[in-house]
Amino acid sequence: MLHILRQIAKTGIKTEAPPSPDLDMAVAARLQKDIVKTLGRALTIRQVDAGSCNGCELEIHALGNPYYNIEGLGIKFVASPRHADLLLVTGPVSKHMAIALQRTYDATPDPKLVVAVGDCGCSGGIFGESYASLGRVANVIPVDVEIPGCPPTPTALLQGILAAISAHAPAKGTEGATDEP
Amino acid sequence: MDLSRLGFATAALPAGVPARRCPVNATGLLSSCRVAWEQGAHLVALWGSDDRDRERGFTLHVVVHGGDGLVLFELTLPTADSTYPDLGVVFPAANRMQRATYDLLGIASEGDDQRPWVWQASWPIDQFPLRRDFEALPKWQPGQEEYAFVRVEGDGVHEIPVGPVHAGIIEPGHFRFQIVGEKVLRLEERLGFVHKGIEKRFEAMAAVTGHRLAGRVSGDSTVAYAWAYAQALEAITDVPVPPRALWLRALALERERIANHLGDLGYLGNDGGFAFGLVQFSRLKELVLRTNSALFGHRLAMDYVAPGGVMHDLAPGSATTIRDECDMLEREVRVLRDIYDEHDGLQDRFRGCGIVTPALAAQLGLTGLAGRASGQARDARCDFAARPYDTLGARKVTAEGGDVVARVAVRFDEIMESLRLVRAIVDALPDGEIATVLPEPPPFRKSLGYVEGWRGPILVALECGPGGTIRRCHPHDPSWTNWPVLEHAVIGNIVPDFPLINKSFNLSYSGQDL
Repeated sequence: MLHILRQIAKTGIKTEAPPSPDLDMAVAARLQKDIVKTLGRALTIRQVDAGSCNGCELEIHALGNPYYNIEGLGIKFVASPRHADLLLVTGPVSKHMAIALQRTYDATPDPKLVVAVGDCGCSGGIFGESYASLGRVANVIPVDVEIPGCPPTPTALLQGILAAISAHAPAKGTEGATDEP
Repeated sequence: MDLSRLGFATAALPAGVPARRCPVNATGLLSSCRVAWEQGAHLVALWGSDDRDRERGFTLHVVVHGGDGLVLFELTLPTADSTYPDLGVVFPAANRMQRATYDLLGIASEGDDQRPWVWQASWPIDQFPLRRDFEALPKWQPGQEEYAFVRVEGDGVHEIPVGPVHAGIIEPGHFRFQIVGEKVLRLEERLGFVHKGIEKRFEAMAAVTGHRLAGRVSGDSTVAYAWAYAQALEAITDVPVPPRALWLRALALERERIANHLGDLGYLGNDGGFAFGLVQFSRLKELVLRTNSALFGHRLAMDYVAPGGVMHDLAPGSATTIRDECDMLEREVRVLRDIYDEHDGLQDRFRGCGIVTPALAAQLGLTGLAGRASGQARDARCDFAARPYDTLGARKVTAEGGDVVARVAVRFDEIMESLRLVRAIVDALPDGEIATVLPEPPPFRKSLGYVEGWRGPILVALECGPGGTIRRCHPHDPSWTNWPVLEHAVIGNIVPDFPLINKSFNLSYSGQDL
């Protein structure tokens, strides 16, 4: 036990300041302030691997490490879509995952946000569309924010997730300002 | 491995490790596999290719790992109706590979188990994607099939279906448990959910760019895959790679091993109810990835290894950074290992959990890290010692227990060995070029790349077509062999221990679904 306490004390607090939201990642007009107001900044995420090579998953895992400490921002990964506000989906969407992804989306209560992760989630990436791949996540379910990168760094992931829940998120092609301070 | 008594001629095969090819007939394939098995060989991979355009019907390829190198058995099947003997009777791991080969190519084994493996009703069952005349139609919609799980019946037996979407940040797959109370009587896996047509995709790529796709077969092993692919292409073109490039590849590969082992040790602690372990190990892993970003231009070193060499050289001062980091990691991991070893609660969860005895491991062909934790002393870095491992002399780590404790111990020991290798690489890194330009690969020449990734051996089989295209590429993950063994490892354990056992194997879904 002493070893554990000594190691904790020696390690100290490593958490870094979170990055600013990257609003350029917002793609959909669904990002309206009423959704954001309902969800607030405390957010639950259900991650869905819809066909990725697992590279994106490694970086999503990294969000939980002490440096990014995503839970410290009030954001938590949950085990069921029924508990989730946001789906974090990696792709490309394999045909074999399309039905499971659609069902996960349907099981997530409204209002909900969808963030597509990685070059494959955003565009189909190197796998593209084929007999086995439906390509980008937006080909299967509506997407609010796209985070490119192969895989996106944890910082980029945070920027995208924060963009999705930022009360200041402008929807593309609509007025961006809100009445939030 | 001595195949002379079978009367089949063998010829040298271009490869990154010692390898031979051996054309056989159907009965010869089975007897060759038997002889290989008797001499201690293990199945590495099985796949097929469509060679009808060259008037050669279909070709079945089987690679085994013998004591002195790889052997590729090639069987020509004149028509799609011809079958080949079920190799599952010798190598149980062949079962799923044979079923996948049928789903993708339409050539069948004579085995009893003819259930689809990759196919899930998203394309017509009589269409085979890896045939050269295959054309996907837009009207084919994602489908669902009723998979014939083996059911256990009796008083109090019930079934738990899990997945494909799991409760954590994990890849998708379906697990069907048959249980009594909390005890697992049987687990059956249904994989294939992340099948995204990788092998077909290769055939639309230029050979010199294939490493990028290979590096995305299983993202956690991107260096190992890219290296295995590069090895295969370099063997076809028969061009030597500059020594410095090989050493830098080994640097990236060992750092990939360290990063993944650190991550796994953290999650194993967490799954044992010890969140402290996850916090500490994920911190160390993050530091390794950040250094990777500085060294290789990418946190996972994706696209760092390319045919002919590596993409860029180390920045000045990198050697000091790497040495300091090795010292720090060694110190920290020793402290954490003591904490893990002395933590009764954690050891209680780890000990005796998910046992695969060495005898069972040998029978089922358990490979890689999990194999070494069950006494299967195979490691491509040591067994075949391609450069630079011939100079570095990697030490093989094994354990006999075959339980979670053993798989944890192998990870700890391999981290220490990889730290030693990383230091040795930095100390003796040769000077010179970091890449060479490969000429256009000659067509219709087969080759193999074989690299010991952190999970186990990664095989890439390559055949180029005219004009520098890829005619056929089969990347093969050790998970193919180890997934079925996981089904055995959980028998008799309780359901809540499944995540822990599963994590201790940490197999790739994407790598086997392709």
